[in-house]
Amino acid sequence: MDSVRSDRNGGSSRIPVALKILIAGGFGAGKTTMVGSVSEIRPLQTEEILTGAEGADDVSGVETKTTTTVTMDFGRITITEDLQLYLFGTPGQDRFWFLWDELSQGALGAVVLADTRRLADCFPSIDYFEQRGTPFVVAVNCFDTQLQHAPEAVARALDLDPGVPVVLFDARDQVAARNVLIELVEYVARRQMAAAATR
Amino acid sequence: MTHDWLDNDAGPVVRPYAMTGGRVAPVDCDFDLVAFVVATVPDLTSGRQLQPEHHAIVAAAWEPISVVELASQLDLAVGVVRVFLGDLRSAGLISLYEPPAASQPHDVDVLKAVVNGLRAL
Repeated sequence: MDSVRSDRNGGSSRIPVALKILIAGGFGAGKTTMVGSVSEIRPLQTEEILTGAEGADDVSGVETKTTTTVTMDFGRITITEDLQLYLFGTPGQDRFWFLWDELSQGALGAVVLADTRRLADCFPSIDYFEQRGTPFVVAVNCFDTQLQHAPEAVARALDLDPGVPVVLFDARDQVAARNVLIELVEYVARRQMAAAATR
Repeated sequence: MTHDWLDNDAGPVVRPYAMTGGRVAPVDCDFDLVAFVVATVPDLTSGRQLQPEHHAIVAAAWEPISVVELASQLDLAVGVVRVFLGDLRSAGLISLYEPPAASQPHDVDVLKAVVNGLRAL
């Protein structure tokens, strides 16, 4: 699973493997809080290029390129020396969807954070991961003052496929946030086993 | 001379791709966010056409480091780091290790290790 460097005299440091987990959800659903409660969180600048019509007839050399800087949350959990888990809090705004494609490339899975007061905010994330076939769990961030909803009710309201886990948790609680990640990884393993069985 | 509006919220004072001379894509190859890079030399000798950012990357990459970690540590945009990495790689100064290609399905042993590691947190 990992490679050993051999191109440097005397050096034998192993190259770790990094796995990606995406933390998605609407604005204010608790993405930053969750990444921060399970890992050492740091900001990450992703400078992206928005181009004008490429390959169009205009050859006057007029520069139509413009860039935008997106800052997202990035956290790392060291599982072992050779295995690291990276959490990415996905940028919420629609205009940054293009960033999601790179983030979800090869990702282990995603956590979609839901706020039951604004459930519709997580629809775009769910649609996105369903379409891409990225495994995800829905984690309902329960604030103290908030009415509790049964996970089944949330699953029904979101029209989730059978088997997609829905968990209630508090994004500020390290153990609770960690358990959501465990739920996701176990779900990924279950899905893989099911897929292998039908092959 | 300081201005109240020149802070982190105002954004970078130097536009990111000014550092790369306007180049927005790395030479020859792409660098996955979770690819690892390692420097092949302990430090850069002077005389090469390299910038402070190249030196900072080589210094940070003495031990294997991921592209995303480099960007975060050096507080540079990912796209900018990729351009510099392209320069360094074509000069033979860093090695690139792509993440395991067939990441799906994931290795069951890796998944188990992740669950165990998370439980131990």
